Amino acid sequence: MLTLNALRWGKPYKSLETQEVVHFDTGEPIASIGQVNGGMLQLDMKHTARARAVLRAIAPSELLTRCKKAAELFETATLPMGDGTQSVDEFIHQQSASTGLPEHMCRGNMKKNSFVLANMEQILDSLTRGLDLNILTRGYGDEGRGVTVSYQVQTPVLGAVLPNNSPGVHTLWLPAVALQIGLMLKPGSQEPWTPYRMVAAFIEAGIPAEAFALYPGGHDVGQALLSRSPRSMVFGSAQTVEQYAGNPRVQAHGPGFSKIIFGDDCVDRWEDYLDVMVESVFSNSGRSCINCSGIWASRHTEKIAAALAERLGPTAVLPPQDDQAGLAAFTNAKMATGTWAMVQQDLAESGVTDLTAQFGDRLVEKERCAYLKPVVATADSPDRAIASKEYMFPFVSVVKCDQKQLLKKIGPTLVGTLITEDGELIDQFTESTSVDRLNIGPIPTNRLNWLQPHEGNLTEFLFRSRAYQTAPASPQ
Amino acid sequence: MTVESAGQNNADSEAAARAALDAHTVETVQWHFHESTGSPFWLEKKRDLKFDPLTEVKSFEDLKKFPLFEDDWLRGGPVRRWVPKGLDGRPTYVFETGGTTGVPKSRVVIDDFRTDYELFSDTLPDEYFPKGGNWLMLGPSGPRRLRLAVEHLCQHRGGISFCIDLDPRWVVKLIKKGWMEHLEEYKKHCIDQAITILTAGHDIKCMFTTPKLLESLAYGLAEQGTSIQEIGITGIFSGGTEFTPQWTRFCVEELLGGPAEESGVYMTPTYGNTLMGLACSKPITAEDDYKIAYYAPQPRAVVEVVDFDDHHQVVPYQATGRVKLYTLTKEFFVPGFLERDEGEREAPFAKYPWDGVSGVRPYHAIASQTTVGVY
Repeated sequence: MLTLNALRWGKPYKSLETQEVVHFDTGEPIASIGQVNGGMLQLDMKHTARARAVLRAIAPSELLTRCKKAAELFETATLPMGDGTQSVDEFIHQQSASTGLPEHMCRGNMKKNSFVLANMEQILDSLTRGLDLNILTRGYGDEGRGVTVSYQVQTPVLGAVLPNNSPGVHTLWLPAVALQIGLMLKPGSQEPWTPYRMVAAFIEAGIPAEAFALYPGGHDVGQALLSRSPRSMVFGSAQTVEQYAGNPRVQAHGPGFSKIIFGDDCVDRWEDYLDVMVESVFSNSGRSCINCSGIWASRHTEKIAAALAERLGPTAVLPPQDDQAGLAAFTNAKMATGTWAMVQQDLAESGVTDLTAQFGDRLVEKERCAYLKPVVATADSPDRAIASKEYMFPFVSVVKCDQKQLLKKIGPTLVGTLITEDGELIDQFTESTSVDRLNIGPIPTNRLNWLQPHEGNLTEFLFRSRAYQTAPASPQ
Repeated sequence: MTVESAGQNNADSEAAARAALDAHTVETVQWHFHESTGSPFWLEKKRDLKFDPLTEVKSFEDLKKFPLFEDDWLRGGPVRRWVPKGLDGRPTYVFETGGTTGVPKSRVVIDDFRTDYELFSDTLPDEYFPKGGNWLMLGPSGPRRLRLAVEHLCQHRGGISFCIDLDPRWVVKLIKKGWMEHLEEYKKHCIDQAITILTAGHDIKCMFTTPKLLESLAYGLAEQGTSIQEIGITGIFSGGTEFTPQWTRFCVEELLGGPAEESGVYMTPTYGNTLMGLACSKPITAEDDYKIAYYAPQPRAVVEVVDFDDHHQVVPYQATGRVKLYTLTKEFFVPGFLERDEGEREAPFAKYPWDGVSGVRPYHAIASQTTVGVY
């Protein structure tokens, strides 16, 4: 069993308090994680300038090379981990065991994280609109048009309160290192694996350890991080997002309420897009914010739901090692029973029909964990409560909504896939602020183009464009 | 001295302590249940008992014949029913426990708080708590005994105590209402006052504060470019909320600048309440992983660690159980009261040849309902 210690700007700290991580199904101990308090993080804030300085001392091109190396190590190497080492297979097994995700999904998420890191040059090129990264390092420079541009760094470090069970979202903080910003992370209690392994890969690739801090611990650690770090991100519920709305220091990532929207011109051909819908709802066991939780159309909603239910309803619970396993476990069984109670309440509303009921019980309770099988429901109006819900399993409501009402009713949408060729409708969605990431045409909601920003552009969060003038040199 | 004779000495000390406790118990029970000296409360309660305390309590163990002390008895008046007749006419205080809703629990006190803190004073190393040194009391005052007790401790040691007020009932209300910004501001308000006093040339060497306020004070001083060590504090007595070994280590190593012999700052955790008095901790050390074991000031107070289901049964050493307190003074008699805490039973040692308790934390069955860390 591994013991993972807090990392304080590169130095391991062996805490007297530990939390055990156990296998969700067998209860087998997997790791012991040293816990620290928020005060420690607060004290360590005094070294944030050093974290940036050690990264700034490395040229951006060299950092990108080392990031590429780190990506390779992350995905292929046996790396130092706590008081031992961790091979790729051990990583996959440990992550699956603590999060409930089937192992093949853990591999998928690992590849996703590795891909982003390996392609950091292109990603930053896209996010910065081709800016020479040396300008960010120096703080100012000439883009080539004879005009001085300047970017003021907003923080020496990026803080992040990381989630428990969604290994894919770690892609969001990875670019910080290449932008010469240190990392101060609170790993999720059930998913410490990705941040620990990624930091180990960075250090092995030659990025200074002083740039990294990892603080496993309780709520006070998260609170200290969010209140003390000049720029931080947090992953949580809709309430968490609401709590930090309008706080320029915090980028809050919550539910996505991602949707597929049919234009009237394409909806009669809905069968052509069934695979797109299934993938959008079902990939990664429906656990991601980019999974589709709503399909909106003005007609055929019952037929769409019936076809989706036919495909998703019979999904079986399979062991996490099975490559065919499509469902992740709720490692805390109470989360599953609580979620199911909420879904049942939504399903009981008049105008809502559960199309998956015929495929057997949705809630599968096991001794130490539980599963929720896919739920597909119809809502005869966008006003039904179920139309604005998202849960952490494959769940979708197929909502009947007149095309003219779409933009008024869909609400906040992280990823919106608009299936239409109607130029006017496309223009309306392009202008709308309801949809964050807009896909025009049949692109599954879960397929991200890494050259596009995700819920805000990280470079804009960490740097601010500003005026910068230098006086002409005095004549000698 | 051989190991064998050291063991014999320990056994002798423990036996002597037990004998002293038995004798003190008999004397205390005689006082509280005698018509001429007892309190109206206990004299009335005596009628409901199925035994005669005056004849049937011959040792500490005999206290187990009493039903558990119910803290609800302390809610509401008349408070004078608790004053023993033998102490009638003496100036009397009433101290309240920390409650936020309903009628608070109250306890009458005449001299006990002074006696408790004078005994505690004897445990403080003069090197770090210099006689004549001034003190800062940064903690709850109002109806709690802490302000008067710490001030007395300071005066007893020849110093003058400066005081910062903190109202824990308001703090609990802020937490329950979720007004965390207000909570932060209130804490800052208290810390600002403390820093003002500490930097005003009053030559303050010692202080009482709670763990959370100590942490906040350290951050407040750090923001001003100084530290507890630099400001001249050498002795800290802390209590009021839960101490964990990890927090204590963090405090010693990082807030205070290292162990006392390196940093010159000594911190001693304590455990206690208005009912029992003050239990001291065995000196904390890095070698012992900052384990914190408390020992009550026997025979005036006793701490037992009892089985969660059978409150008469003491658990084996190092086993976990509920903390049970006894108070055996002329002013107040508590024949066994179940604290809202649990912990591990600790063995006697040379300095305190009676049982102690370590790992004190909120009792797991009620922990989730309790607002912890109000100070």
